[in-house]
Amino acid sequence: MISVRGLRKHYQVHQRPPGLKAALRSLVHRSYTTVKAVDGISFDIRPGERVGFLGPNGAGKTTTLKVLSGLLHPSDGEVTVDGHVPQKREEAFLKKIMLVMGQKQQLLWDLPPAETFELNRAIYDVPQAQYKKTISDLIELLEIGDLIVKPTRQLSLGERMKCELAAALIHQPRVLFLDEPTIGLDVAMQATMRTFIKEYNEKYGATLILTSHYMDDVAALCPRVIVIDKGLLSYDGGLDALVQRVRPEKRVVLRLSEEVDAARLSSLGRVVTHESGTAVLQVQQEAVNATVTRALSTLPVMDLTVENAPLEEVMSELFAESKARRTAASEPVPA
Amino acid sequence: MSARTTLRAFPTLLRVGFAEAVAYRAEMLIWVLSTTMPLVNMVLWMAVSREAPVGRFGEADFISYFLATFAVRQLATSWAAWLINWEVKQGTLAMRLLRPISPLWAYAVESIAAFPMRLMVAVPVILLSVALVGQKAVPQHAWQWGFFVLAVIGGWAVAFLANVAIGALCFFLESSQKVLEVWLVLFFVCSGYMYPVELLPPTLRTLIDWLPFRYQIGVPVELLTANYGWEESLRLLAAQWAWVAVLGALAAVTWKQGVRRFAAFGG
Repeated sequence: MISVRGLRKHYQVHQRPPGLKAALRSLVHRSYTTVKAVDGISFDIRPGERVGFLGPNGAGKTTTLKVLSGLLHPSDGEVTVDGHVPQKREEAFLKKIMLVMGQKQQLLWDLPPAETFELNRAIYDVPQAQYKKTISDLIELLEIGDLIVKPTRQLSLGERMKCELAAALIHQPRVLFLDEPTIGLDVAMQATMRTFIKEYNEKYGATLILTSHYMDDVAALCPRVIVIDKGLLSYDGGLDALVQRVRPEKRVVLRLSEEVDAARLSSLGRVVTHESGTAVLQVQQEAVNATVTRALSTLPVMDLTVENAPLEEVMSELFAESKARRTAASEPVPA
Repeated sequence: MSARTTLRAFPTLLRVGFAEAVAYRAEMLIWVLSTTMPLVNMVLWMAVSREAPVGRFGEADFISYFLATFAVRQLATSWAAWLINWEVKQGTLAMRLLRPISPLWAYAVESIAAFPMRLMVAVPVILLSVALVGQKAVPQHAWQWGFFVLAVIGGWAVAFLANVAIGALCFFLESSQKVLEVWLVLFFVCSGYMYPVELLPPTLRTLIDWLPFRYQIGVPVELLTANYGWEESLRLLAAQWAWVAVLGALAAVTWKQGVRRFAAFGG
């Protein structure tokens, strides 16, 4: 469905220090620097896959999505989406895709969302019968029946985002790019959006690419992740395998019926946290069984669970590793 | 984008555009108030012509000319350059580019959709002109009305396409708002908006004939009020639509090249 080979996107960015003198100097002499937003990445995505793009701010995730959706022309490399070259922005291509950006909106601000839906129906040339069925499904699934007749400006962020998603799906795109779709939403609304997105993917077999800083989004939606850092691809594979690679240790979470000495806990494994009757221990994977057995026999355990390290920590560690590697590579080699 | 998709979407685009124009009616009213300069000029030129006519213009001619200018200005106008600058800077142009219809069509329709609201201002002003000046304030023959309507459409096209060409320069410059300001200054001087172009010295008139500004306002106004013959009307209309073609090509080229440079900043 999606093929990316050696994709590069470099920008020339004007740079000047602050102050009047620098401002005057920039009138006659401008200095530019090249920003390598994406610097030679390659990957393939199969039809119907759900893939998460992960990376710190400025890693190149959104740039990649914008290239894939035809908004940006790549500096180099080959990209195809369902057989189309995105930057040509052919009508057939644009009718197959949609990019939903949590920080941008397509809803007409002073008109009710129903007007944007109708506008999209016309623009995407959706037959009336299909439109009525789709819109009625979307209204039911997203519970937006009473929202679509209110002016967009009067909707809350969460309500607006649900309507944005409905507007984006009226033409039933086969490829859905989601750039921070749950940004700023409360926990309940995030969960609603995730459920809906997953259902859409399963119902229509749509390919889905997601970027999000909320690791819960990624964990709930994306069996596969592509990690981009400083424009380079640093991991492409299963989410579980990534966690295993970066943080092979497990977390044993103990809920205790009475207070326990820190020394007794640390004899079982490294204590990550210990407060309000709950202790989290980090242990090697092969030692999990033994640790659980000892904990149950020696401590007043009410409840016990074994978990992976939180995805946020895994990602922080991965990014820190990448940064350390870059720093080491850029340091001069002693003679 | 295929013409078929665009044409099929056109009625809905117009209807939604009209709904937006209605939503922004207060803003439009303020804009109308900002275009009252012809009324001020009318009073000034009436005072000047009270002693003796200026060229062929007596008091009544100035009334019909400037009321027509005010009315035509409501229709032959565009704010696309401002909009393009804003949307490129904010990155919101991205949402338009994702749709299978050119953003230029969307800008055009948004402008055309406001016509009914603008006609509600323009038509009464022309009727007022007839009431004050009499039948000679408007064309005497049906074909002259037809030419006037074509000239108003041409005037709008000149304004819109020039706006697109200027707006698209923001892909190359950081902002093209200042270019728009220069265009507007030249528009005020050369279009017939402040005074009838025919009152200018012959050399200056010849120069203005070769520039696009007169074809936005002056030509439609003259075709409404000057009772030109068939030949002169056709010559003016042909020159106007030649400018529409030139500006259309310029707008298409700058837009096409510019969009390649779109950086879609901001998330």
